[in-house]
Amino acid sequence: MPTAFNEKISQTLGNQKLQLALYAGTGRLVEHRKHAVAEERLPEYQELRSHANALKKHTIEHLDHYLEQLEANVQAHGGQVIWCRDAAEVSDFVLDLAKRRQARLIVKSKSMTTEEIDLNERLEHHGLEAVETDLGEYIIQLRGERPYHIVAPALHLTRYDVADIFQEKLGIPNETVIEKQTMIARSVLREKFLAADIGITGANFLIADSGAVVLVENEGNARLTTTAPKIHIAVAGIEKIIPRAQDLGVFLKLLGRSATGQPLTVYTSFLSGARREGEIDGPDEFYLVLLDNGRTKLLADPDKRESLYCIRCGACLNICPVYRKIGGHSFPWIYSGPIGAIITPQFLGIQHTPALPFASSLCGACAEVCPVKIDIPKVLLDLRAGVKEGPGKAKSDWLERLGFHAFAWLMCHPKAYALMGRFSRLAPLLNIGPLRAWRSQRDLPAMPAKSFRQLWKERG
Amino acid sequence: MSEARNDILARVRSATGGAEPDYAERYAALPREYKREGALDFEGKLQLFADRIHDYDGVLHTCGKDQVVATIAAALSARGKRRIVVPPDYPEASLPKGFEFVWDHELTYEALDQCDGVITGCTLAIALTGTIVLQDGLYQGRRALSLVPDYHLCLVGRNQIYETAPEAIQVLSRTGARVTTFISGPSATSDIEMTRIKGVHGPRTLEVIVIC
Repeated sequence: MPTAFNEKISQTLGNQKLQLALYAGTGRLVEHRKHAVAEERLPEYQELRSHANALKKHTIEHLDHYLEQLEANVQAHGGQVIWCRDAAEVSDFVLDLAKRRQARLIVKSKSMTTEEIDLNERLEHHGLEAVETDLGEYIIQLRGERPYHIVAPALHLTRYDVADIFQEKLGIPNETVIEKQTMIARSVLREKFLAADIGITGANFLIADSGAVVLVENEGNARLTTTAPKIHIAVAGIEKIIPRAQDLGVFLKLLGRSATGQPLTVYTSFLSGARREGEIDGPDEFYLVLLDNGRTKLLADPDKRESLYCIRCGACLNICPVYRKIGGHSFPWIYSGPIGAIITPQFLGIQHTPALPFASSLCGACAEVCPVKIDIPKVLLDLRAGVKEGPGKAKSDWLERLGFHAFAWLMCHPKAYALMGRFSRLAPLLNIGPLRAWRSQRDLPAMPAKSFRQLWKERG
Repeated sequence: MSEARNDILARVRSATGGAEPDYAERYAALPREYKREGALDFEGKLQLFADRIHDYDGVLHTCGKDQVVATIAAALSARGKRRIVVPPDYPEASLPKGFEFVWDHELTYEALDQCDGVITGCTLAIALTGTIVLQDGLYQGRRALSLVPDYHLCLVGRNQIYETAPEAIQVLSRTGARVTTFISGPSATSDIEMTRIKGVHGPRTLEVIVIC
C-alpha cells in the first residue's frame, strides 16, 4: 500500500474529534435517507431505481446521438457548446474568455466536476479570483481544503473550526453560533455575487431534447450564480445527459431522497441558453462545457461502464463502513467512498491507485443504496483482478496464495478446522510481521468466553 | 474547439459502437412502472400540499376568491412586513391598503434587498413535493424577485395544483424553453454540523396562499 494513503487513514482513525464528526454526520444522512425511501413514503422506490438504471444504460449506450441532440438544442437557444478533452482545455477556454471580457471575479456554485479538474487553482494561478458560494464549499475554500464528501463538503468540521477560519480569514472574532456564521457568509458572498463577472456552475442533469441544464441545490447560491453575472458557464461531464425532460421526474425523486432525505431539494433550476428578449435577469452569454477527461476511457469498458451512471448523491459514502472510519480526505482524489474507489482508478489509471479497490469489505451496502443501481462491489472485484493480473503484481501474492490454500485445506478437514478454531482464540496475541501493519488500523472483535462449537455441544 | 468535438464524439463511438439506428424505439420500450399520474381530487391534493409545505416550515393559507386581498393583508401583518415588492404586471386592485408596494421596474439588487418581502403568482404547484414552480410568466416577475428579498408570499390558483412532478413536467414541457425554477421550501443549508439554517442565499420564509 502506498504510504500516503496509509498515513492519512491512520491520522483519521487516531483523531477522535474527526471520528465523532464522521460518525454523527454520515449517521444522520443515513437515517434521513432511510426515512425518505421507506415503503410507506415511497412504495415505488425499487421500480424507480430500476427505471433510473435502464434510462442511464440506454443513454450511455447511445451517448453520441444524445450529445449531438443536446448540442443542437443548446445552440438553438443561443448558447454555445464547448467540447473539452481534458482539464487544461477547460481552463484555457475560461481564461481566454475572461481575458476577452476583461473579467476578474468569478463566483462558483458547488461542482464536483470543476473540483475534478482543479479549475479554481488553474484560474487563480492566472490572477483570477474564483469564489465558492455554497456555504460548505466556501468554508473549505477558506481552509484551502478539498471537499470531504460529495454532498456535504464540510462534514468533518465543527462550528469551532468554522469560527477559527472566519477569525483568521475574515477577521471576525470568535463567532460560534451556526446561524450567525451562516449570515456572515451570506453577507460576504452577496457582495461577491453582485460584483462577479462570470458565474460557473456544474450541472446535475443535461436534457438532450430541450438543451436545458438542470441544477439542484438548497441554498440558492446556484440561482444567484446563474442570475447576477453577465456570463454563465456550466461545466458538465458528458455522462450527465438524459434524453427528455419527462425522464427527470425519476431522477429528481431519487436524488434528493438518496442524498439528504429530501423529497425534492429546495431549488431545482432549468436553464436553457442565455437571457432572452424581454427577460430582465440572466446572463448575456451562456456556455456549456462538455468534458471528457477520461470518461470515454470508462465508456470503452463494457464491464465497468456502469460507473458512469452515478448521479453524485453520496448515499454510498454515508452507508460505507470504510468511509465512515477513514473519511473523505484519506482517498487519493476528490471522489471518495465506494464510488470514489471505483472511478478514481479508472480515471487516473489503476497503476496510480492500486490500493484503492482493496479498501472495501465488499459488504454490498453501497450497491443496496445506490439510486441508479451501480453494482459497486462487482466493479471493485473487477478492478482487483486488474491489479492482480496486471503488470507489477503485488509482492505479497505468494503469501496470499499460501493463506488461501491453507484455508481451503482446513475447510476440507473438519478435525483440523476445529483444532485451528481453538488456536485462533490466541489471535489477539499475534501482533508480528505483516500482521502488525494490518492490525494497526483494525480492531479485532473481543473473544467470547466460549466458542460457537462449545456452545453447540453444551446444548446437546 | 471543433477538433475536440470530433475527437470526443469519435472516442464515444469507438467505445460504444455508436448509437443504434432504432434508438427511438429502444427509448420508448424502457419500462416505466412508477407513479406518473395522481389519483387525488382537489381536497386530497390540497391536504397533501399543505402537509408538505408544513414539513418545510412553510405556511399555507387557503381562501375564497373574494378573500384574497384580506388574506394577503393578514399574512403580511402577522409578520410585520410593510414594504413589499411585486412583479411589474401585478394588478394593484389585488393588493391590500395600508402597505407600501413597489412595482419591480428593473430595481437594483440593493433596492430589492431593502424590501421586506415579495408577492408573486406561479406557473403551477406540485402537491406531492410541496413545490411551487416559477417561470417568467404572468405575475411571476424575474428570477431575482423570488431570491433576493427575505420573505416570499406565493399565490396559487385552484387549478394550478398537480399531484406529481411527472404530471407537472408534462405541462411545463409546453413552455420548457423558459427559465424554470422549482421551489420547495425556504432557502436552507445543513453544511455546518448538519444543523439546518434557513435563509442562506434566498428567502428565509416561504408562505403560500391557495385560492380555492
